Amino acid sequence: MASSTGDNKKYKVIGTRPIRHDGADKVTGRAIYGSDVRLNGAVHGKILRSPHAHAQIKSIDTSAAEKLPGVCAVATGADFPDLKDKIANLGEGAVNLAHLSANVLAHRKVLYKGHAVAAVAATNPHVAEEALKLIKVEYEPLESVTWVLDAMRAGAPLLHDNVVTNSMGKKADKPSNVPTHIHFEMGKVDEAFAKADIVIEREYKTASVHQGYIEPHVATALWNEDGHLTLWTSTQGSFTARQQTAELLQIPISRVTVVPCEIGGGFGGKIAVYLEHVAAMLSRKCGRPVKMTMNRDEVFEGTGPTPGSFVRVKLGATKTGQLVAGEAYLAYDAGAFPGGMIGPGCMCVFSCYEIPNARVDGYDVLANKPKTQAYRAPGATQAAFACESMMDELAEKLGIDPIELRLRNAAKEGTRRVDGPTYPRVGFIETLQAAKASEHWKSPLKGPHRGRGIASGYWFNIGLKSSAAGNVNPDGTVSLIEGSTDIGGTRTSVAMQLAETLGIAAEEVMPRVADTDGVGYTDVTGGSRVTFATGLAAYEVGLDIRRQMTERAALVFKCDPAAVECVDGMYKANGKSLTFRELAGKLGQTGGPVVGRAAVDPEGPSNGFGTHIVDVEVDPETAKVTILRYTVIQDAGRAIHPSYVEGQMQGGAVQGIGWALNEEYVFDDQGRMQNPNYLDYRMPTALDVPMIETIIVEVPNPAHPYGVRGVGETPIVAPPAAIAAAIYKATGVRARELPISPPRLWAAMAAKKP
Amino acid sequence: MKDFEYQTATTVDEAVSLLAARGERARVLTGGTDLIVQLREGLREADLVVDIKKIPELMELSYSPRSGLKLGAAVPCYRIYDDPEISRAYAALADSARIIGGWQIQSRASIGGNLCNSSPAADSIPSLIVYDVICHLAGPQGRRTVRVADFCTAPGRNVLGRGEILATLEFPPIKKNSGASYLRFIPRNEMDIAVVGAASWLQLDAAGERIEKARVALAAVAPTPLPLTAVSEWLVGKPATSETFAAAGDMASLAVKPISDKRGTVEYRKHLSGVLTKRTLVIAADRARGASAPAH
Amino acid sequence: MAKKIHVTSTINGEPIEFLCDARQSLLEVLRDTLDFTGAKEGCNNGNCGACTVLLDGLPVDSCLVLGVEVEGAKITTIEGIAREAHLHPIQQCFLEDAALQCGICTPGFIMSTKALLDSNPNPSEHEIRFQLSGNLCRCTGYDKIIRAVQDSAKALSAGVERGGTKATQPDGRRAAKKQPQAR
Repeated sequence: MASSTGDNKKYKVIGTRPIRHDGADKVTGRAIYGSDVRLNGAVHGKILRSPHAHAQIKSIDTSAAEKLPGVCAVATGADFPDLKDKIANLGEGAVNLAHLSANVLAHRKVLYKGHAVAAVAATNPHVAEEALKLIKVEYEPLESVTWVLDAMRAGAPLLHDNVVTNSMGKKADKPSNVPTHIHFEMGKVDEAFAKADIVIEREYKTASVHQGYIEPHVATALWNEDGHLTLWTSTQGSFTARQQTAELLQIPISRVTVVPCEIGGGFGGKIAVYLEHVAAMLSRKCGRPVKMTMNRDEVFEGTGPTPGSFVRVKLGATKTGQLVAGEAYLAYDAGAFPGGMIGPGCMCVFSCYEIPNARVDGYDVLANKPKTQAYRAPGATQAAFACESMMDELAEKLGIDPIELRLRNAAKEGTRRVDGPTYPRVGFIETLQAAKASEHWKSPLKGPHRGRGIASGYWFNIGLKSSAAGNVNPDGTVSLIEGSTDIGGTRTSVAMQLAETLGIAAEEVMPRVADTDGVGYTDVTGGSRVTFATGLAAYEVGLDIRRQMTERAALVFKCDPAAVECVDGMYKANGKSLTFRELAGKLGQTGGPVVGRAAVDPEGPSNGFGTHIVDVEVDPETAKVTILRYTVIQDAGRAIHPSYVEGQMQGGAVQGIGWALNEEYVFDDQGRMQNPNYLDYRMPTALDVPMIETIIVEVPNPAHPYGVRGVGETPIVAPPAAIAAAIYKATGVRARELPISPPRLWAAMAAKKP
Repeated sequence: MKDFEYQTATTVDEAVSLLAARGERARVLTGGTDLIVQLREGLREADLVVDIKKIPELMELSYSPRSGLKLGAAVPCYRIYDDPEISRAYAALADSARIIGGWQIQSRASIGGNLCNSSPAADSIPSLIVYDVICHLAGPQGRRTVRVADFCTAPGRNVLGRGEILATLEFPPIKKNSGASYLRFIPRNEMDIAVVGAASWLQLDAAGERIEKARVALAAVAPTPLPLTAVSEWLVGKPATSETFAAAGDMASLAVKPISDKRGTVEYRKHLSGVLTKRTLVIAADRARGASAPAH
Repeated sequence: MAKKIHVTSTINGEPIEFLCDARQSLLEVLRDTLDFTGAKEGCNNGNCGACTVLLDGLPVDSCLVLGVEVEGAKITTIEGIAREAHLHPIQQCFLEDAALQCGICTPGFIMSTKALLDSNPNPSEHEIRFQLSGNLCRCTGYDKIIRAVQDSAKALSAGVERGGTKATQPDGRRAAKKQPQAR
């Protein structure tokens, strides 16, 4: 069910559901993903990884591996430039290059099990694997720490001796596992708590989880004899991959071309590079293209999960349910290198509500785990699990309906977030109203051991830079060149905005994702930004084309361009008219090709809110949770292609269900992950979820010509809290630790029994 | 993966002589769904892999009410549940065959392979135990039989000697008024390794009220799949009621000595042993009284 | 290194011979030797189904089959199910129902769906979810995949070749075939 508060009637293309442009290639197996790239003479690279969670590397001896027949090249950290601390902006977040370099190939020290230590290229992947076994690494194991609070304790094993705490710009004088302390405050927090009628404080924990994209990381590099490096890779951002690779190799950006392949899922985990510059170095050493593909266990152990967390929240409210004060303490593990997801966690913890007096303290914490990376609304889900669970408890204690309590406090236009910004027009209230009016919420839930929960979620839409160009073809179609790698159908949602602007059909725009030499700079596919920002670029390409086409029409009509009117793709003047296609056919006679161009960097990020309703049943004997019914309500601003908006809402919700119920990194007492495979890292299967109902709310974004808000990330934020609330209704147990797996819930249920 | 030699045997004797010549360095390939993963991950090594799927005896699946079921060691799981007569007669076996991996796995994986892999958590072994299956082995010294309850000796280990293979599994004919069931607990609904697995078999009196014979076996609660002999004996003569089954479940909880690992804790596994024992007994009794097995 | 082994089999109706090492999986042979890259590697240990192909009509994880094992066998891959420039109805329904996002799991899902509908032309939602549980998708939450399978079942039993490949043709606006509906 797509309910709409906007007015789609004025649009011909927007709001329709055309078949995606890359669809046929993807259902026939023809689409070229990273691992489908075939280059003559290519050899295969593999990486040796640390068996220890924390150890000094005493020595690496690669001589036996080099002698194995079939081995073409061997590389270790010593082959790469020793980078000094330098911060590089990767679009969605910044990175210290020295850390990035040490993360992708260890220097002197390994900091987590699975940390890359050396790499081999050989004529086939099996030989490369055999060669890895011949590399002798002498380690001196060190004590390790994986849980965030343990890592913060005095006397915890120290990961880096040169990292000190930076607390809002003030640097401490001794090394620490806490690189960053963030503090936000507004109003008079202590006073407000003292005056509150009710104050509750609770603690929450979440385990490390992985994005779980089905396609492992893959990269193919060819370092040509002329010194030019070409990379075929699976990345969320070809330009950021180019920048990272060039920096890690200390070569000019212009010497690197990144060819983005089709990408088999990313969710934030395919922004940082892991293989690209290693493949490049091996290619330079052996003079052949080198292809590297991770195994699934390498993906779990050697790429970036999202942080495990400890969150403590305190809320104060009046008897009538007005929030008056909030305080939050968040500690997120960053993994082995600084720069986890604590920043957005702090910004999001209270982002759904107007809380006049609030204080947030956040800690980025090093631990012997893979360096964390973004995962769909990075940092927000952990924070929302805490805050939204407490809203449910508060509603219960005050005897107020949980939607009503949220409505009384909902963030709206003019609400100031604790980190500073004030919201423009946002659609949170509308999602709550739609939830209240939904058939799901209104229908009674019958049967024992069942419960219904509700929770809301928030995520930003970042703007960032996008470029695009449109070439008008003589048959009236437009070839659209864009730089945003397409993970979930954005070619089509971007093309539709150009089609709408030009008054032609979606199928009459042919979108292509170009390589880094074929299109202007474009930031990553992330931050719920592509349909918004690259869509904006496509719109501006459309305006540019329309302006030029108007001039051409004027030539044909022999009139002043100002006299030409363009309506629904029809160019009219002096009673004469030409369709876009007819006019396109005359470009050769009116001055040659028409190319529209745009480069945008929109100001003012937008905001996406959603509300989820879930019904669960809990087996009273085994504590297994079954999701009976699930509804996602979200403000999409304007749904360009409703099917893919629904798809984002459904997919995000199911990832959130996995996070809530079963997904977790399980570590042994030596800090080694015990479950680096899809059998024991339990992502939902088709049999674990019901149909996911969707209600699209449309409160147009004032910062976009078609009102688009990004929709990709918000849907993962609410599920854990919504499910925990439903489990409470079914069992009487308030689960405050993720995942709410059967053994954990069973233990809590058993403890509660008299 | 280290390379190896691949041979296809077309007779049992050929397989045995190929395997005997290489001993520990040779491995038997049936469905490959365990072996290929183990070779790839370096958990096992082999110089020679002997494919036994081309041996007719090992691909035999024959059933008659009088002689029982003969299940060749390499018969893939899907052939069991695709046969309505066999799934009805040996419902617990079909229960197991339907949940070993996903459909893709069941196209390849065999019950014989599941047994020879000898995992403590194997989904088929408790069912084989409660049906009191006889394993027919063939080796350099000729043929011998072993009761399935005695087959596994430790995690990943069993009674097979050098060059010896499992040829067929012989299921006794189905007794009147009997029924069986297998259930496992997993956190998801598919694609998981049992946290605990339980199989129960019951023979009731003609009225369907009293238990004449019983066998219960569990998986993932001991180093090998575990027959619950005391519980099975206790059930004999008891009324086939929910009270009896609940009491048997309580006994099962106390009888097992599981470990804590990434899939579950000692306490949770003990508890699940009771729950699943009770639940499989209820289903077994229903089936003994003539209820047909659900599709899944 | 052992000598390569000669294997003859039929792939998508065509007799094909190839040489492989004993250790090479069918997935490796299909992708690296024979250039059928439609089957994808997601986990290489039988837990994700992205490499699903049909082996003598049955769905298998091609990562868990050795190349040498397919001597004499008939294999169908995602490349082999469209006919004469027309998508298979299952492929068409996956497109029309927007049942893919990143698309990496799609070939595997389509092959499992084909096996399912070949053996059970009218499966219930539960049967679909059960039979497809060996195929993981991380993008869609499965909803639209299940609907595509249901629509495929209808299309196949109606014997209708839906749509063809019109969507890739520049003219003929096909928009709004499915306007907002109860989902």
